[in-house]
Amino acid sequence: MTSEQVMDILRERYTEDVTDSGVSHGQSWVVVNRDRISAICNFLKESSDIRMDYLIDITAVDWHPRNPRFEVVYHLHSMSNGCRLRIKVPLEEEQAVPSVSWIWRTANWHEREVFDMFGIRFDMHPDLRRILMPDEWEGHPLRKDYPLEGPDWKFKPW
Amino acid sequence: MGLIEGQFEDNIITTKLDWVIGAARASSIWPMTFGLACCAIEMIHAYGAPQMDFDRFGVIARATPRQSDLLIVAGTLTKKMAPVLRKVYDQMPEPRWVIAMGSCACTGNVYNTYSVVQGVDQIVPVDVFVPGCPPRPEALFYGIMQLQEKIKNGRYIRKPLALAGEKHDL
Repeated sequence: MTSEQVMDILRERYTEDVTDSGVSHGQSWVVVNRDRISAICNFLKESSDIRMDYLIDITAVDWHPRNPRFEVVYHLHSMSNGCRLRIKVPLEEEQAVPSVSWIWRTANWHEREVFDMFGIRFDMHPDLRRILMPDEWEGHPLRKDYPLEGPDWKFKPW
Repeated sequence: MGLIEGQFEDNIITTKLDWVIGAARASSIWPMTFGLACCAIEMIHAYGAPQMDFDRFGVIARATPRQSDLLIVAGTLTKKMAPVLRKVYDQMPEPRWVIAMGSCACTGNVYNTYSVVQGVDQIVPVDVFVPGCPPRPEALFYGIMQLQEKIKNGRYIRKPLALAGEKHDL
């Protein structure tokens, strides 16, 4: 099964929730609604002929000042089929995404990193706290409106 | 040793005690390695590779700050790591020295960003800066030799120059 076929299955099964799709650089992508992401991910993993059993990465894009501002990106891989799929979830500021850490255990730390860098919250996440920056850090550094050299030099842990 | 071995009567040598202390300290610098990034690879080359071999200078790497005289900060120091560096430095017994190895440790290099400390001299006092990205083992070697010069020229027993009243050569 190729990634285009996976995309077609998704479009047929979730007609309402898959708002856009396409192929870029030989890899297919779908844009899905925010509140259905965990159901779609669960289907992709548990379906016996698709079996997206490997979550490669979760990351996000800040399209500031566009609205919706953020886009959470999931990269999936199927070990048995050898195909990949990219899922994008657009969301506005202050909106939260359902966690997929109950589907793939590795999503736990990926989602913590997205939260740390972009400030995107994940509902039902077991342990949503910073993973890279110090605990007392203020702000989320990979947001486009975050100054490169930091907001000031006040944060001195030494 | 063959030329002078067994050739002399019982003897004494007069010298400055500072010279003896300095020579002893300079010949047994035990560094605490603080490898943080790619500079650590060059530092390991300098320690262990047969071309460099720090051991012949009495430089023997220690894995604990409590046995160390020298702290070689090799690599990019982030703000999250900064308290750890300070804690390691505070655990080292006096006398202690610090070498900042690489452009990142000296100045932060190109990483003028929110997360990188712009030079480890903001955290601990630095004796020798070794620039380079990363510096070759020869450069670190030169830095160690500069530190040895500094140690040998130190005034440990004698009064500091500023208090000595008259000008002495080192």
